[in-house]
Amino acid sequence: MSIFSNLTAEQFETIGQELDVIRNREMADLGEEDATYIRTLIKRQRRLEVAGRGLLMAGFLPPAWLAGVACLSASKILDNMEIGHNVMHGQYDWMGDPAINSKVFDWDNTCTNTAWKQTHNFEHHTFTNVLDKDHDIGYGILRMSEDQEWEPRFLFNPILAGILATFFQHFVAIQSLKLEDYLIYKTKTKEEVKAEFKPTWKKMRKQLVKDYLLFPALAGPFAPFVFAGNMAANVARNLWSSQVIYNGHFPEEVEQFPESVIENETRGQWYVRQLLGSANFEGGRLMHVMSGNLSFQIEHHLFPDLPAHRYARIAPEVRAICEKHGLPYNTGSFVKQSLSVWKRIFKLSLPSKTEGGSKKGPLNGLRAKVVSLTREPESQTRKAA
Amino acid sequence: MNAMTQTSSRFQQGLTRLLQSRVADILSYPHGVDRYLEVFNPLWSVNEVRAKVEDVRYLTNDSVTLTLRPNHNWEGFIPGQFVQLSVTIDGKRQTRCYSPANSLHRADGCIELTAKVHANGFVSRHLREQLSVGDVVLLSQADGEFALPAQRPEQVLLISGGSGITPVMSMLRTLCDEGFSGPITFLHYANSAADMIYASELDEIARAHDNVTLVRCFNNEGEQGELSGLFSREHLYIAAPEFAQATTFLCGPPPMMAAVEKVWEEDGLAERLHKEQFTLATPQIESDSAEGEVRFVQSEKMAINNGATLLEQAESAGLTPESGCRMGICHACTCRKTAGEVRDIRTGEITSGEEDIQICISVPVGTVTLDI
Repeated sequence: MSIFSNLTAEQFETIGQELDVIRNREMADLGEEDATYIRTLIKRQRRLEVAGRGLLMAGFLPPAWLAGVACLSASKILDNMEIGHNVMHGQYDWMGDPAINSKVFDWDNTCTNTAWKQTHNFEHHTFTNVLDKDHDIGYGILRMSEDQEWEPRFLFNPILAGILATFFQHFVAIQSLKLEDYLIYKTKTKEEVKAEFKPTWKKMRKQLVKDYLLFPALAGPFAPFVFAGNMAANVARNLWSSQVIYNGHFPEEVEQFPESVIENETRGQWYVRQLLGSANFEGGRLMHVMSGNLSFQIEHHLFPDLPAHRYARIAPEVRAICEKHGLPYNTGSFVKQSLSVWKRIFKLSLPSKTEGGSKKGPLNGLRAKVVSLTREPESQTRKAA
Repeated sequence: MNAMTQTSSRFQQGLTRLLQSRVADILSYPHGVDRYLEVFNPLWSVNEVRAKVEDVRYLTNDSVTLTLRPNHNWEGFIPGQFVQLSVTIDGKRQTRCYSPANSLHRADGCIELTAKVHANGFVSRHLREQLSVGDVVLLSQADGEFALPAQRPEQVLLISGGSGITPVMSMLRTLCDEGFSGPITFLHYANSAADMIYASELDEIARAHDNVTLVRCFNNEGEQGELSGLFSREHLYIAAPEFAQATTFLCGPPPMMAAVEKVWEEDGLAERLHKEQFTLATPQIESDSAEGEVRFVQSEKMAINNGATLLEQAESAGLTPESGCRMGICHACTCRKTAGEVRDIRTGEITSGEEDIQICISVPVGTVTLDI
């Protein structure tokens, strides 16, 4: 919050205008180049998928299995990241092609288009890194902010982060249910959860039947190879996409904001919050494509509906604006950002030092918290009795 | 040979049935079979009508005539009907309506579309200047009430103006191919002989068929036509004195159609006149004035334009359109605008016509119709 509160209203205004100049210029330039880019990429992804599924049919031969898994993983990653995520942001809506339109497009993922647009496009992108508003801060599972009150379950933060990553598509699929509200905080009823889960389950079922029943069945006696190959590809995609997404908002220096910032927030302030709440990572062209250009998370958060292949081009300008106004531009190698994220995950598994009045180290805070939590049920039981 | 064609068509039918099956649907989920087929051949599809450009001809200086071979999803047309042709121009899909001009009995399965190229006709210019043989375009199935009845009329009067010639050309060619023996009068209006599409073919048809009377009427002075000037009752008495007994098909620019309709109405013949409406150009409206109204078609509601964003106006009209960020980034509120002009409050850019817009950042400029 330090830099954010130091800026004057005029500075916010200027930053907003400078970024709008970039936005308007790029938006006015949309055309053939963007259409060709996304169409070519979709073609490549579909070819990879067909190749991958074909190779897995011969999956009893180890080289074919490995190549099949590689192709299918790459296909699923491209489908979800550079194609699905970006198309569902409406980056290509202007093309007027229903097959590449955010209203219609669906991805090779168990999360439905509708749920994704609610939790991601709206909640996450509008309320980026605002506690209690941006569900992506921990997905209701992890403790990803100092200001998130510590609970004993967060001792398992690193393990939970690993589980979240492994089954990422399913967690994203049920993210909109906000299950923690039912399981932990009891602010939601079972019936509500059930009703909301219906459309998600419909899609999950189809995805599961496709990957784990029909395609294996097509291979006849070699079904187990296809089953395992599909599972490997799904897990590969899950691990990769979750790490890319963790890196976008959870490296240590990335700022989080209290709910109060969004009151009467101006466009300039919104822009600055996006800048401070996101982090990039560096890499070659392949790295950018495979991460859906979320390696330019900062640019993506400033201009979420601008075709993502343009982020690389505008990144130097955005960085220059940051430098000019003394704002940090958080970037580093993929490895550096990933380590930073995992450091935060481990660190936050323990209560923050200042919590519970104790300043003698995290373990004391932990003890205080555990004691207070274990006492609570007792008092409740007493009341019930 | 025959047996081979039969086998291959049976094979194709089987393949189509397989690709349309539920299993194929799940295997290709969520994208659908078409999205994979098109990767290998842009014409392959189990649902969409796509067509290959077989020939591009320029019959006049300001027109383009396309011969298109649709894929097997094409269900055919009735002479007079139109199709929607979609092409991609600078990355954006553009759709326009054109009436096939060919005979229903054309043997090679192709359809022929002719477009008049206007100076700032965005799509027609693309068709004339950019489209080439081998390109693939998207088509809709044929549609429209303006169609030759299955029970052919005894006498036919075809009246057209400019590029309105195409649907009636299809009727004429079809009737001639069928050996239709009743009288047909073909009354066509053009600016000049050089502007007249299908001029030489019409000449030939009129020469080869005794029952076909061709009457050309040119507007420019000094042109050699049977008549000259704009449509009038007198023209009708000369060209088709028995027009009251004929079934008439009319297609042309709005002023000409109005003039023709007036005669038929005056004579109490309105029900014998079949007409194809041309879309009217949208009126230009001053950009900063909050006037006109906002029409919400699906919810059958209307509001007086108060200059606020369409999302706000929809909400104050009691609607609950899908929305999210209310600042133009999440695209949750995108909906179809079927008519009118809107201004993007971020850029000041004004767009018009049928398009998808983000209603949270769009302000109506005059009357706007939304499909919500």
